[in-house]
Amino acid sequence: MTDKIFTKQEWIEALKGLQDTYRILVPVKDGDFHSFKSLEEGKEPDFNYLNSRLSPKSLVFPQSERMFEYSLDEKDPDVNILKESQKDYSPQAIVGIRPCDAHAFQIVKLNFDNPEYRDPYWVQRFESTTLVGLGCNEPGSTCFCTETGGGPFSEKGLDVMLYDLGERFLVKGLTEKGEEFLNKAKGGSPADDAALKDAETLKGSASDKIVSEVHTDKLREKVVKDLFNAPFWEDVAFSCINCGTCTFLCPTCWCFDIQDEVLGKEGDRIRNWDSCMFPLFTLHGSGHNPRDKKFQRVRQRFMHKLKYYDDKYHNGIQCSGCGRCVRYCPANIDIRQVAELMNNF
Amino acid sequence: MLAYTEKIRETASRLLKENKVDVFIGYKKGTVPMMNEPVLISDPEKADILYWDSNCGLNLCNYLTKRTDRIGILANGCNSRNIVTHIIENQIKRDQLYIVGIPCTGMIDRRAVMRAVNNKEILDVKEDGDQFTVKGKDFEETFDTKNFLQSNCASCSHRNPVEYDEMIAEPVEEQTGVEPYKDVEEIEQMSSEEKHDFFVRMISKCIRCYACRNVCPLCYCPTCFVDESKPQWVGKSTDTIDTMTFHFLRAYHCAGRCTDCGACERACPMDIPVRQFTKKLNKDVQELFSWEAGLSLDQRPPLDVYRPDDYNDFIR
Ligand code: SF4
Ligand code: SF4
Ligand code: SF4
Ligand code: SF4
Repeated sequence: MTDKIFTKQEWIEALKGLQDTYRILVPVKDGDFHSFKSLEEGKEPDFNYLNSRLSPKSLVFPQSERMFEYSLDEKDPDVNILKESQKDYSPQAIVGIRPCDAHAFQIVKLNFDNPEYRDPYWVQRFESTTLVGLGCNEPGSTCFCTETGGGPFSEKGLDVMLYDLGERFLVKGLTEKGEEFLNKAKGGSPADDAALKDAETLKGSASDKIVSEVHTDKLREKVVKDLFNAPFWEDVAFSCINCGTCTFLCPTCWCFDIQDEVLGKEGDRIRNWDSCMFPLFTLHGSGHNPRDKKFQRVRQRFMHKLKYYDDKYHNGIQCSGCGRCVRYCPANIDIRQVAELMNNF
Repeated sequence: MLAYTEKIRETASRLLKENKVDVFIGYKKGTVPMMNEPVLISDPEKADILYWDSNCGLNLCNYLTKRTDRIGILANGCNSRNIVTHIIENQIKRDQLYIVGIPCTGMIDRRAVMRAVNNKEILDVKEDGDQFTVKGKDFEETFDTKNFLQSNCASCSHRNPVEYDEMIAEPVEEQTGVEPYKDVEEIEQMSSEEKHDFFVRMISKCIRCYACRNVCPLCYCPTCFVDESKPQWVGKSTDTIDTMTFHFLRAYHCAGRCTDCGACERACPMDIPVRQFTKKLNKDVQELFSWEAGLSLDQRPPLDVYRPDDYNDFIR
C-alpha cells in the first residue's frame, strides 16, 4: 500500500487536480463552525479543526432526499406511476473526515446494507464515496472514540489516512478504493522513515489524550427488561426538550420518515431524517402513541444506541464517540453519564 | 451570580423539608463548560446538586407546563415573566408555585466567548465577581462578564423577577436606556427583496431540529402546526419555504407573549439568530399596544382577547 508525503500546499493542489474524477468534499470554516463543502476555487479547506458541527452522514444520507416523482394529471399516460428520481452517484471523496465519523459509517452500514435489507440509495452513494481520514493529533475533551472501538487514528472504515505532521501530510492508502484515489493524486513523494516514525509517535500519544471515559463492558450481559424498567429514566429525561439536535448531529442515527409532497398535479416522494425524540415519530394512524411520554423517548434513544443495537448486531454500541450530542444538547444531557448509569445498573 | 448557589440550596432544602413544595426545579452544574442542566429534586438531601452561575440561560418555566404538583422554582426576570404568562394562559396555577426570585445580571453568550478565543477548545470556565476566566490547553484569559452577555441580556430591562414568593438576594439595579430593537430597525429599513434574502440566508443552515421551539415555554401546544398531519400544513423537508413558514408562524404565535429570554437562540445547534423573528413582533406589540409580556397577572394580553366592542377597528 502507498505511503506518500505531501506538503500541505501540494496536498491541496493534488485535491484540486482530483476534482475531474471526484467531487472533493472538505471541511470549510462556515461562520463559527466547520461544514463539509465541495472544494471550490477560492474556498480553502481548513484541516485544522476539531470536527464538523454536523456529521458528514448527510453526504451519503441526505437530510431530505427525493426518491420518486409522479403525476396526478389524469391526462398524463403515466398518471399515478412512481418514477425513480434522477440521482447523482458519481464518485465523491470526503477528505479530512475524522476517524469517529468514518467508523460511524460502518456502524450504520449494518442497518442499511444487510442480508435482509439493502437500502439502494444509501448503498449506492456509500459505494461511490471514498473516505480520506484525518487522524486526530489533539482529540477534544468530549471525544471518546477509544471507548467505542475506534480511536483518534483508527483506520476503521477509512480508505486513506492522513497524518498531520505539521508542514506535511503523511498519506497512507488503506484499501483498494483508497489506492485508486492516491494513484490519481498528482505530486507527493515516497514517505521517508522519519515521517513514518513521526506518524507512529503521533498515533501513540493521541489515544492518551482522550480524557472522556465511558464504560459499556457490562451492557451486553444485562437483561433488556431490567434496563428498560430501570428507575433512572425519568431523572435522565427531566431536562430533555425532545428536540432533534442529538439525533440530527449524530453520525450513527439513521432513522427517516417518508412523505409525499404535491404541488398542483405533480408529486414527490421524499424521505427526511426523523428522530426518535419527536413524539410524531411513533404516532399511529389510530391516534395511539406507544411512546407518548418524554422519558420513553429518551429511554429509546439510549437503549437503542447502547443496548438493542449490540443485542441485534453484536457489533458494540451504536455510537462512535464523536461527542457531538454531548457538546450541543441544549439541555446538557450527556451520553457518557447515561452509559455509566446503565452499565452500573 | 455564583454567590447565589448556597442560598438556593438552603432555600430548596427548607421548602422541601417544610413540605411547602413537592419538588424543586433549578439547575445543576453541567458536564461541559458554560452549560448547566435543568434539574428537578424532591429530596431535600439532594439540594446540594443545585447550582447557579451565568450559564443558566434556558428557561425553567418550560418545565412547568401542566404539572399537577406543588413546585418550587427559580426565576430571574425573564423566567418570571414567562411564569406569569403561563399562569395567565392556564398552563399552571399560581397557588401551585413557590417562586424563588433571582435578581439577574445576565447570562454569558458562550458563542461569543468561544469566538474570543478563536474557537479553540475551552476546557474550563471560572466565574469570579463580574469577571470570568477561560482556560484551554495552551491559553488562559480573563474577561469582563458585561462584555460577553447574551444580546438579549445586554438589552434587558427586567432583570428582577416580577412575581415571586421570596427573593434570593436584594434586587439588582435595572438597566436603563437600553436599545433592544436596533437590529430590528435595520431589517425594517430593507426592501422586501432584501428582507427575503436576509431571512433566506439566516435560515439556510436550519436543520429543523426544533430545539428553538421546544426550548421555548410559549410553545406548549400539544401538537405544533408543523407536526400536524391531518391535514399537513407544512412540508417536512429542508425546503426553504417550509423552513421559513415554520419560523414565521412560530414567531407570530409568540407575538405579545415572548419575553426575549434568549433560550431559543442559546439552544440552536446551528447558531441561527432566531430572535430576529420574535423580536420584530415584540417591537410591534410594544408600539401598537404598549405591551410587554408577562409583567402582570391582572391584565389579559392584547392578542388573546376578542371583544365586539374593541376600540381598535381592525379587529372588529
Ligand atoms: S437529549 Fe438533548 S439534544 Fe437530545 S432531544 Fe433531548 S434536549 Fe434535544
Ligand atoms: S451518540 Fe453522540 S457521541 Fe455517539 S456517535 Fe452519536 S453524536 Fe457522537
Ligand atoms: S434576559 Fe434579563 S432576566 Fe433574562 S437572563 Fe438575561 S439578564 Fe437575566
Ligand atoms: S434550533 Fe436552530 S436549527 Fe433547530 S429548528 Fe431552530 S433554528 Fe433550526
